[in-house]
Amino acid sequence: MARGVTHSASVSSGTVVAKRPASPLMRDIARAARHPMFAAGFVVFASVLVLAIFADAIAPHSYREIDLKRALSPPGGEFIFGTDQYGRCLYSRVIYGTRIALRVGLIVVTIQSAIGVSLGLIAGYFGGVLDRVICFVTDVTWALPPLVFAMAIVMAMGPSLDNVIIAIAVVSWAQMARVVRSKTQSVKSLPFVEAARALGRSDAGIILKHILPNVLSPIIVLATLSLPSAILSTTALSFLGLGSQPPAPDWGVMLNEGINYIEIAPWISIFPGIAIVWTVLGFNLLGVGLRDVLDPRLKT
Amino acid sequence: MVHYVVRRLATGVLTVLCVTVVLFAIMHSMPGDPIRMIADPRTPLEQIEILRARWGLDRPVYVQYFFWLSRVLRGDLGTSISTRQPVARLIRARLPYTLALAVGALVLRYLIGVTVGLIVAVRRGSWADGVLVVGSTVLRSVPSFWLGILLIVVFAVHWRIFPISGYVGPVAIVLPLLSLMLPPVADTMRLTRSEVLEVMREQYVTTAHAKGLPSRVVLTKHVLRNALIPVTVTFFLSLPWLIGGSVVVESVFAWPGMGRLLWRSILSQDLPVVQGVVLIIAVLTVISNTLGDIMTALLDPRIRAQYEGVS
Repeated sequence: MARGVTHSASVSSGTVVAKRPASPLMRDIARAARHPMFAAGFVVFASVLVLAIFADAIAPHSYREIDLKRALSPPGGEFIFGTDQYGRCLYSRVIYGTRIALRVGLIVVTIQSAIGVSLGLIAGYFGGVLDRVICFVTDVTWALPPLVFAMAIVMAMGPSLDNVIIAIAVVSWAQMARVVRSKTQSVKSLPFVEAARALGRSDAGIILKHILPNVLSPIIVLATLSLPSAILSTTALSFLGLGSQPPAPDWGVMLNEGINYIEIAPWISIFPGIAIVWTVLGFNLLGVGLRDVLDPRLKT
Repeated sequence: MVHYVVRRLATGVLTVLCVTVVLFAIMHSMPGDPIRMIADPRTPLEQIEILRARWGLDRPVYVQYFFWLSRVLRGDLGTSISTRQPVARLIRARLPYTLALAVGALVLRYLIGVTVGLIVAVRRGSWADGVLVVGSTVLRSVPSFWLGILLIVVFAVHWRIFPISGYVGPVAIVLPLLSLMLPPVADTMRLTRSEVLEVMREQYVTTAHAKGLPSRVVLTKHVLRNALIPVTVTFFLSLPWLIGGSVVVESVFAWPGMGRLLWRSILSQDLPVVQGVVLIIAVLTVISNTLGDIMTALLDPRIRAQYEGVS
């Protein structure tokens, strides 16, 4: 009997979802699209995305073709952004750099969200000793200067972009865990969760089917707001020579190489930085817009 | 209140202990052998074993941890592998430079951020308000190290007002200070603005206005005092970010501080120095977080009441 009730309940809830014209989340995203900052952020993000996808078609030169005869040419003419100390086209290198920045940002945020969301859900849902332990670990992680600890981790694992991605993700999940935990605590006591428990759903089922969908909007907002700092941190470590290694067209690496020629070829140090600001600005605008619409009370 | 302070201090000490364990674990998961890295490749094996024993590297990991911890508690942070100098001395020589930079940036950030935030909040909806919202979003998207590079290009290479890098006198601090301070000042302005706007909607502010207090008094005695509570919290909480930022900025400007020492030691795999610097930075961070929590409790009677009820 109980089994039959559970079954029909899940079937009917499934059909309701299917018939609904738009989920609340989609409605919110449609609302966000009319937010000026979100719209501006989307345009910026779209421009970066187009550059990344069609880099092969847009970039006029190879990003690693060395020609010392044309080294350190100033911007203008054939090379819009000028060339670097090896005569490589800076404009092409900046364009290919979008691929690294987007990839790095997405992977860092995915890993840190996976850690933060699962720990937050577990702590908030089960409470008790598990909650206390997770909270303490979160507090310790929160109390550490992220960039400094990421540097220590990279030293232990060896300098490479992959290790930087892991290091940044491992030190920056605490805020996500805190927010998800407190949201889970408030959702947990709502009647529909009680109902699901009364119907004999497993804890894992309740967390995934009933709690997670209801804490999704703060997760989306926080993840979007974390993208800019993920990109800033990874370029900072690449700039310090701990991340991407030459000849990768990583903006941090380009700035690192440029600083040696700052007096005779300042353009090497300028254009990659503008690319970082543009990309990070796009994600910041998207994040602020999403926050205003989805979760106005969430402050970072 | 005493109850709260004691508990907060105990948590702080526990956090520092956890940090030492984490730090030690990270450093010991390192591939490669620090002895072989510094020793001549032709060094005989017995010689390497003697060196290993001298550094205590032949003991089990947890023994090494307790040895290390007890030495750290006595103020001995070990010896640099590459320069053979005591780590504590290396850090002590550089700490003032980093503190000057970090504390200077912190104070300037809050002086400017709170003042501008307050002015803009009072004139809500004016052009200054709009400029702040857009400007602060742009500013927080600028990496501090690139801002440093830009400042060098403009003020050191083009106009030659400031030195390009290194410490050549007190004036050299201007550019690193600016590049460390400017990106986060946007956050402080925005936080102050939104907190002030929120407090201005409170009933006690309306009451204060209604009983005829001059608006200047309402603003300083009622609005600012309450609005600054969250701002004070971020004042202390922002220290870890500032230190992280100063590592990068110090490297740009060749500033002789701890951040640059950390960076150089990581590149040269100088384990004891990295351990020492990260530990000092972590302790500074925990102290500042603890101070922040205690200050908040002192400033905010609502939080104080919670704990006075308990004790």
